[in-house]
Amino acid sequence: MADKVLMKGNEAIAEAAIIAGCRHYFGYPITPQTEVAAYMAKKMPKIGGTFLQAESEIAAINMVYGVSSAGKRVMTSSSSPGISLKGEGLSYLAGADLPAFVVNVQRGGPGLGGIQPSQSDYFQSTRGGGHGDYRMIVYAPASVQEMASLTVKAFESADKYRMTAMILADGTMGQMMEPVDLASLKVNPAPEKLWATTGTGKKREHNIINSLYLKPEELEKVNFERYERYQTVEADEVMYEEYLMNDAEICVAAFGIAARVSKNAINEARARGIKVGMIRPITLWPFPKNVFKKAAEKAHTFISVELSMGQMIEDVKLSTECKANYLLCNRVGGMIPLPEQVLKCIENAAKGELK
Amino acid sequence: MAKLTFKTDLCKGCGLCVNVCPKKVLALSAEKINKKGHHPVEAVNPDDCIGCAFCATMCPDCIIKVER
Amino acid sequence: MYRKCGERGAKIMVVFDKPKALCDVPLHYCPGCTHGIVHRLVAEAIDEFDIEGKTIGIAPVGCSVMAYDYFNCDMIEAAHGRAPAVATGVKRADPSKIVFTYQGDGDLASIGMAETVHAAARNENITIIFINNAIYGMTGGQMAPTSLPGQVTQTSPYGRDVKLCGFPVKVCEMLSELDGAEYIERVAVNNIKNINAAKKAIKRAFQNQIEGKGFSLVEVISSCPTNWGLTPANALKWIDEKMIPYYPLGVYKDRSAKGERIV
Repeated sequence: MADKVLMKGNEAIAEAAIIAGCRHYFGYPITPQTEVAAYMAKKMPKIGGTFLQAESEIAAINMVYGVSSAGKRVMTSSSSPGISLKGEGLSYLAGADLPAFVVNVQRGGPGLGGIQPSQSDYFQSTRGGGHGDYRMIVYAPASVQEMASLTVKAFESADKYRMTAMILADGTMGQMMEPVDLASLKVNPAPEKLWATTGTGKKREHNIINSLYLKPEELEKVNFERYERYQTVEADEVMYEEYLMNDAEICVAAFGIAARVSKNAINEARARGIKVGMIRPITLWPFPKNVFKKAAEKAHTFISVELSMGQMIEDVKLSTECKANYLLCNRVGGMIPLPEQVLKCIENAAKGELK
Repeated sequence: MAKLTFKTDLCKGCGLCVNVCPKKVLALSAEKINKKGHHPVEAVNPDDCIGCAFCATMCPDCIIKVER
Repeated sequence: MYRKCGERGAKIMVVFDKPKALCDVPLHYCPGCTHGIVHRLVAEAIDEFDIEGKTIGIAPVGCSVMAYDYFNCDMIEAAHGRAPAVATGVKRADPSKIVFTYQGDGDLASIGMAETVHAAARNENITIIFINNAIYGMTGGQMAPTSLPGQVTQTSPYGRDVKLCGFPVKVCEMLSELDGAEYIERVAVNNIKNINAAKKAIKRAFQNQIEGKGFSLVEVISSCPTNWGLTPANALKWIDEKMIPYYPLGVYKDRSAKGERIV
């Protein structure tokens, strides 16, 4: 029987990163992700790793760029406004095809916003955040255990596809305490990185880490090649959870904390005889498009439960080709929908009231 | 006497080497035009070269090899 | 001492050739631009310490953005101004490697000022080669943080008015006030004497890193004939007449010389 320890979500990410072989952490203080940095500050010096509080989020992501260039597993964590600052670095990481692990424990926005939980960086994380054509693999954990397991997964997929993998959590996930089984985490070692700038040893041509291509035909070529890689990610890396979807006529779409709230509402609705289920995307990009498309064969209404003004709902509509009815059930600004609100929405959908 | 070798096609004709030569060995060619479209440097008084390598030290494009 | 040809036992000796750490490719810089000289000095230092195989260079954004094509060691192209942060990452990933950045004045002293100052404050064991030519070259001659008062540029067409856009940043003077910085020197490459001094300073900045002494920055007063609107020869004179009086050459900080050590 595995030993479980009680941990905060943020701490679970930090410990799982260390288990995944990450020995370099760079960050800048921001609520509500501070525990990640605090944990790393305590642990890294004791295991020969680097914890460095950078002068800014911009510097932190560029330190990540440096360590990644040197071929090592590396991470940074922040919260919404800080991730905006990292946008430049995320674009450069993508342009230089460097693996990196970035955590966004979201808070309400825009601007300075608030410090309470939010999911309003969905667009930012799934559509870019920085400039140019690029993607990040975005994981949305819904438990402290997933905070840990998806962290390990993120390091592996970042290395495999030479891209940034992000954990998109929220303040609730970061602060919540749950038992975690860390012993069960299995880690694949990092692949050999022949492209890394580790010194030529005068034994090979010099490696160059770069995102500058002044010839348009070359830049086009690397973009096309990168998107071929992204297609593989879309084919192989989609993760989701289906809940009571077999006979569902109403499908709730929710991730993270919203999915936990929704589950309670769905159980109650089922008790009242409503055929409702849930698809919980675990990867927000790649989005489980085909799962939603298939669900639309039976479901007449999709309810997107979000801590945003309706961001993921666009992907739900796109995946189902806008053929069904759609409802947004949301709270924002740091507020979290209650199960009763979601239940009401489900009941309305069952009655055909689409508001 | 020293020997100068030029990578003539890399010369940009800036003339910094000409100015710095203490023995007036160098000049930009009046007639020749290299691949880049510049009048390249040439040794007009090669026998006077003392191999001080001032020209090579000043050359921004590293086109001069000095032997003696 | 080299012997003259014809003397007993004399043989032909190469007294000057391109350093090995410099790739055999044409540099894209304008005629007479002194970037090439500084590239060569850096490459000579790498050759003379025989560290090419374990050196990683960081190129900036600006005229020297393509420095990654010119040095034979492993190279990384950084975002504008972020080279010291990237260098920090590379050095922390493997402290046995030699890491240098090569940055211009816009990159280092404007958009990347925070990264520069904090790398110095941390005494990050890296070498920074800072080209100060008082202008943004790559984008076509705009006012730089180091443009001189009264200097005419594309974005200060009536001359830099210090009432409107403030005074130039004196990087060496500023950084030398930080406890963290190990070695700060300002040199120029406008004549043979200065170039030789610049070579010594650049070598020292690498040697410090090899010896684990910490943050070493060499500011090189450099020319930009194209955007200064001067001939290459007159641009070098302008360095003497205008730049050096405002940016005096010399060692601004040398903790080892003072016997100061970090405990």
